[in-house]
Amino acid sequence: MKLKLKIWRQNTRKEPGTFISYTMDNVDPEMSMLECLDVLNETLTEKGQEPVAFEHDCREGICGSCGFMINGVAHGPERATTVCQLTMRHFKDGQELVIEPWRAAAFPSIKDLIVDRRAFDHIIESGGYISVSTGQAPDGNTHLVGKEIADRAMDAAACIGCGACVAACPNASAALFTGAKITHLGILPQGKPERDRRALSMVAQMNAEPFGSCTNIGECTAACPKEIPLEVIATMNRDYLYASCSKREDAAATIAPVAEYSANRR
Amino acid sequence: MTLDARIPSGPIEQAWDKARFDMKLVNPANKRKHSLIVVGSGLAGASASASLGELGYKVKCFCFQDSPRRAHSIAAQGGINAAKNYPNDGESIYRLFYDTVKGGDFRAREANIYRLAQISVQIIDQCVAQGVPFAREYGGALANRSFGGAQVSRTFYARGQTGQQLLLGAYQALERQVHAGTVTMIPRTEMLDLIVIDGQARGIVARNLVTGDLSVHIADAVILASGGYGNVYYLSTNAKGSNVTASWRAYKRGALFANPCFTQIHPTCIPVSGDYQSKLTLMSESLRNDGRIWVPKTKGDQRSPNEIPEDERDYYLERRYPSFGNLVPRDVASRNAKAVCDEGRGVGKTGLGVYLDFSDAINRLGEKTIRERYGNLFDMYQRITDENPYKVPMRIYPAMHYTMGGLWVDYQLQSTVPGLFVLGEANFSDHGANRLGASALMQGLSDGYFVIPYTVGNYLATNKFKKVDELHSEVHSVVASVQQKTDKLLSIRGKRTVDSFHRELGKIVWDYCGMARTAEGLESAIQQIRTLREEFWQNVTVPGSGYDLNQSLEKAGRVADFFELAELMCIDARERNESCGGHFREEYQTPDGEAKRDDEHYSYVAAWGYRGPGSPPELTKEPLEFHYVHPSQRSYK
Repeated sequence: MKLKLKIWRQNTRKEPGTFISYTMDNVDPEMSMLECLDVLNETLTEKGQEPVAFEHDCREGICGSCGFMINGVAHGPERATTVCQLTMRHFKDGQELVIEPWRAAAFPSIKDLIVDRRAFDHIIESGGYISVSTGQAPDGNTHLVGKEIADRAMDAAACIGCGACVAACPNASAALFTGAKITHLGILPQGKPERDRRALSMVAQMNAEPFGSCTNIGECTAACPKEIPLEVIATMNRDYLYASCSKREDAAATIAPVAEYSANRR
Repeated sequence: MTLDARIPSGPIEQAWDKARFDMKLVNPANKRKHSLIVVGSGLAGASASASLGELGYKVKCFCFQDSPRRAHSIAAQGGINAAKNYPNDGESIYRLFYDTVKGGDFRAREANIYRLAQISVQIIDQCVAQGVPFAREYGGALANRSFGGAQVSRTFYARGQTGQQLLLGAYQALERQVHAGTVTMIPRTEMLDLIVIDGQARGIVARNLVTGDLSVHIADAVILASGGYGNVYYLSTNAKGSNVTASWRAYKRGALFANPCFTQIHPTCIPVSGDYQSKLTLMSESLRNDGRIWVPKTKGDQRSPNEIPEDERDYYLERRYPSFGNLVPRDVASRNAKAVCDEGRGVGKTGLGVYLDFSDAINRLGEKTIRERYGNLFDMYQRITDENPYKVPMRIYPAMHYTMGGLWVDYQLQSTVPGLFVLGEANFSDHGANRLGASALMQGLSDGYFVIPYTVGNYLATNKFKKVDELHSEVHSVVASVQQKTDKLLSIRGKRTVDSFHRELGKIVWDYCGMARTAEGLESAIQQIRTLREEFWQNVTVPGSGYDLNQSLEKAGRVADFFELAELMCIDARERNESCGGHFREEYQTPDGEAKRDDEHYSYVAAWGYRGPGSPPELTKEPLEFHYVHPSQRSYK
């Protein structure tokens, strides 16, 4: 089949970017979106031009490296599918695909379709873990975890950190990402001792990064390739509110870095 | 050269205890004075970085991806083994040890495997405490399943994404240390060479993949956890970025490379669909618990599978191996699939595929049960192939999956270069000639959480470290050689893309050093690889510059190393005149086509040393001794 690809090209963050159109005459419906870009890149390279830079690694939908907007939709038209597993049979012969990177202040561009998602690592670093050093663990069956809780924790833990939620959100909020980790760890008995502190510090870090605020629109969960449920945001809000009351001093301390960060950005 | 594996004397059950007691310790107050480099952030690298940071060492961890959470351990589906014996079904440390030695076809070190089986128990505890959401029974206890033909249920799992959850556990522990200030994480940076000064590994040269800047990092020891080399085949289940470069540069700086020809071909992957194919997708081995594998009895049967009557189907695994049936080990299942396709009985448009049929299981258990067990895998299959596996049998074919070979290490996981340690898939130590299912995750975490924290301490406590800085003449010369190679790749400006060379190289290695090998074929492969490598260095084109993000340049450097590795793999495979595990030499088989080992002549680890460009590598043998599990012919009949 034939396709027209209109792709965002931008050499570095400092240089302005622009859309460039490419026509592809021989797209096999069986190939993935990334393989389609591979074929385009082979042609460009043979002509001595620079190929389109895009992030990818496992190509099995689990590493979270890949992702871009196709016709304004994060990861393209198929639900619960990353671009590496999106096959071209979902597009029509002759269709034009507008391909551009995640657009969010918290994800500054690096090159072409590649953006910098380090803000996600910062959120995890601020408290997205259970503080247990190697060797301190009791026997695995010491804490019994009911199947329902284990399943809910797994649903939230399935997040691959691709950033589609932020890209799809009109506010570029990271609430789904942060809420998923707060929920995964907070509802498990192992994660209970730090539940309050974790919610306070992760939310504070999320606010300190240039993400927008959540206004419960729900685009995030619709775009999520792992279908992380919207209720993780409710859990995060509940945990944060509860912790703000029960740990008033800690809560006050978490506001300081936000104010400092905002001041520095001005 | 002789190799000393430093295996503790005495009974195997006490070896690890004895080794730990004999190790020198680093005073807690002195730990922060020691700096360590970890290359790679998968299960082995992330768990090592976190654990070493917790002890108080100053750690720098490098990964080429944008975040340590992307490492390819994340894609492991099935599970992780541990000798917990929670199901009360006869499991023990000794049984896990026994199965792993036998599964590896008696080509691995007993002492290492025993330690792995012992530590397996602690790994599960550690991961549960970190919040890894393992599958649970309704009563709240951890669930187990049987995996890869094991006769006990020793596998722990988190849906079909166990690797992801274990990696995220290790990643979170790593980020906790980043927060604590003990670990500095350096993403989007690739190790391009090893710095060896006065015989000790003292640092690395790395390239920032965004700016192209080369940087020098000095430390007291270097830990490689950079994964396997399956991408030498181009098409594999590995991530696109997985590469051998870190290990290969270490090899060229004096570390020996062991058993490079021991590679594992996984039997259940989605077949290739066209020339543009960029990678292969694994379908978990657990599918073989309920699926039946078959091909038509007659060659070139073009009917759709549901039109082929029962008596015209050949359930070849059940026919040849009545007691194990569809659950034979990976190497046996793969070889048999190749054999029936070579006979012209393969299915699908390429003829390279066999059916994995769930209709019997669906009739017996109902579609709902099958959906509960394998729903996510069936969905993934349908997403890729547009076929409904509840209605039509899946098509599968073997694909390159895991490399048992790797840098040689002793019992302490130290390579032949003092101060260079190698963990996880990057080393060769625990799986012999064939790895059992659900044991890669176990090994990566064992090495990282529970072995390296002790052994690296012993090295630091028993050695002296001269002050070295970036001005050292050896550092200059290593940086210059890295720069020269980058400049060379950019200056060729030929006609062929890096991928086109990689694809051609992969096909040679797959055809001649894949599921079946012959001396003659390997000889021819070596010549073909050399010819193609020469063309690569004259005709490759790498657009762009070395001073910004350049994915073609990254690939070119990696493929250049794959060319050299591919030759060593073929040399190793040619030298080993026997069949064992994943290494099947057609000349050495039993009358009914099974692998024929030669314990009298080949019961050793083949460790290869680099002797300079154009010189043949030097072989050093580490003899293998079996005091506990006595070598026998593997039989799954």
